[in-house]
Amino acid sequence: MREQMEGSVAVARAVGRCRPEVVCAYPITPQTHIVEALSRMARKDELGRCEVINVESEFAAMSVAIGASAAGARSYTATASQGLLYMAEALFNASGLGLPIVMTCANRAVGSPINIWNDHSDAMGMRDCGWIQLYVVDNQEAVDVHIQAFRIAEELSTPVMVCMDGFVLTHAMEPIEIPAQEQVDALLPPFKPRQVLDPDDPISIGAMVGPEAFTEVRYLAHAKQVEALDLVPKVAEEFQERFGRTSGGLLERYRSDDAETVVLALGSVVGTISEVIDELRAQGTSIGVVALKLFRPFPLHELREALAHARRVVVLERAFAVGMGGIVSSDVRAALAGLPVETHTVIAGLGGRAITRRSLRTLFAQALAGELGELHFLDLRTDIIEHELMLDAADGARPGPHAESILRELGIVAAGPV
Amino acid sequence: MTARFYQTGTFAVGGRLLDEDNRSGQSDPERPNAITKGHRACQGCGEALGARYVLDAAVAASGGKLIAANGTGCLEVFSTPSPETSWRIPWIHSLFANAPSVATGVAAALRAKGRTDVRVVGQGGDGGTVDIGFACLSGMFERNDDVLYICYDNQGYMNTGVQRSAATPAGARTATSEPLGGHPGADFGEGKSAPLIAMAHEIPYVATATVAELRDLEQKVARAMEIHGARYIHVLVPCPLGWGHPTDQTIQIARLAKESGLFPVFEAVGGRITSVSHIRRKVPVEEYLRAQRRFAHLFAREGRPDVVARLQELADRNIERYGLLDDDGGDVSIDLLEALATAEKGAV
Repeated sequence: MREQMEGSVAVARAVGRCRPEVVCAYPITPQTHIVEALSRMARKDELGRCEVINVESEFAAMSVAIGASAAGARSYTATASQGLLYMAEALFNASGLGLPIVMTCANRAVGSPINIWNDHSDAMGMRDCGWIQLYVVDNQEAVDVHIQAFRIAEELSTPVMVCMDGFVLTHAMEPIEIPAQEQVDALLPPFKPRQVLDPDDPISIGAMVGPEAFTEVRYLAHAKQVEALDLVPKVAEEFQERFGRTSGGLLERYRSDDAETVVLALGSVVGTISEVIDELRAQGTSIGVVALKLFRPFPLHELREALAHARRVVVLERAFAVGMGGIVSSDVRAALAGLPVETHTVIAGLGGRAITRRSLRTLFAQALAGELGELHFLDLRTDIIEHELMLDAADGARPGPHAESILRELGIVAAGPV
Repeated sequence: MTARFYQTGTFAVGGRLLDEDNRSGQSDPERPNAITKGHRACQGCGEALGARYVLDAAVAASGGKLIAANGTGCLEVFSTPSPETSWRIPWIHSLFANAPSVATGVAAALRAKGRTDVRVVGQGGDGGTVDIGFACLSGMFERNDDVLYICYDNQGYMNTGVQRSAATPAGARTATSEPLGGHPGADFGEGKSAPLIAMAHEIPYVATATVAELRDLEQKVARAMEIHGARYIHVLVPCPLGWGHPTDQTIQIARLAKESGLFPVFEAVGGRITSVSHIRRKVPVEEYLRAQRRFAHLFAREGRPDVVARLQELADRNIERYGLLDDDGGDVSIDLLEALATAEKGAV
């Protein structure tokens, strides 16, 4: 039965259904409602034998999860943005040790300038930390994919990050179904760790490895992650059989199979894109969208298959590699290597800037007219850029930081006019 | 009453003078050997010696059910050159800065699983503990997590080639605190006392110890293991490489650190000092300093008698603050706030 609830609360309840044994987290916007809800559930004795630990930093959160997971406990944490970066070292460590921790990343921009709103800079910044990265398009999928994530993590003994858009999903009220405990139990058997700290069978975990074996260890980590390309769709299928709805998987195609122009995107923006595509389809335009659900490991072959027929692919990214451009689109180009498919990178929605249907209509019109360059910034205010560059070029005066200068020029802050 | 002996260099001495119950755990041929032979520690390593006593005492106290979380550092590197390991207990190394948090995680997992019989030790060097891992340590303390944390303090970053840490004493030469340009080595008015800060968290048990008094160290571990919650033992472990002393002088140097008053050995319960290990034969700090190459610049050519005098003042202040020469023969009670009131930075 679907109930009206906030995305964060739904995720917390889904995690609760997964019978976590250790939950440790440090508060950071927009992740807070998830851990608040879990703390409340623990205090009301709704989490069974679960230890909820309020740690002093994200670095400690991931470190506690590492210790707990190595001692055989199903471990969960959640973070976002600066917090994800603050645990960077521990993220690499958790994956290197093969610990099946599950973490929610409530995607948020990374400063400076400090910004609490949604984009994917955080998770993309940790692209290579060895975690499986799943992206969800709505809150029902967030619930469902968290349950799948524990199964995937524990079957592969690899940590999994579930990426959900901060605010857009975490703070959205929607009708959401929380699966019954028996249903979750059937999909997610009790955690059987591959390695465990046990006085009856002592092992050493985390020993030093030199050049004689380091490459092989990394290779095996890669091979292990690549197994997720088979396991993620398998678990999604099993989920569909048991729960009767589609969630997760590698990617989802929407009106893209015969489309001349295919948009590729991750996360909640897929919903808005789909609506615009419906409009354009009604006008006879050949356009569709592919939602990428699994970003690490990257489903090269499946994506190639899904996009090979297209004349052009527009990769809409909520993150940006300064000095390069697209992050996801670099991988998409690798997937399409040798095929005559035009690929466009569109950087959109950074730091919470709304990606509106109107902007998308304009963007797709440009794409269809062949006016889109290789790298495009959606709704970029070129007047502001020019003004700032002019200040930079001016002699004498110290130009100061761009962020403050732009806000002064605009006469607004996020909350409204100054 | 507790018998205390000067350690004279062998495992068995002292043990022979005691009834079996009071003998050192190391005199028992059936000792756990939690860290066993074959590791790569330098000859004369104080940390290897300290760890051996600490962990065997902790294993014994836990009835063989102990898990250790280790920060990056000498102890980690010399004990686990993969695929070899010297650990006969379940042991995990994660990162440099997070041993206290990893230990917390292990303890939480055990609690969630109802394994109250298994105990947890976290351990690291002074760099991993008082510098880079300090936030994790403080968090573990304030939550009163059920972890005994051991800092093996060799007063610098020895694993990376002897650089200054916040535990490096004033006047000591390290690769990043050379006595150049009028600097005395490590500067005065810097550094921190992790044991005092641990006490300020009002955790149930804090103690300091040295590898010169290994029975004392064992007993402190045993006492700490009788308690649940966050516990901290700070063990002074001389490093022949970093301190520049002969490898057969490790125990002697540790003893001089304590006998000079530079390293006070005490126990604190709930934020109050409850016992101190008295100085048996007071020695001037010079005797301690001259025995180590890291202080050799204080005595070369015209020397730095001013620096030696300031270090003597530090030792004298410790002697007064902790009552290290008092011969009351019993327990003491020192108010932490009072002690800290005299501890103005750079006062000496």
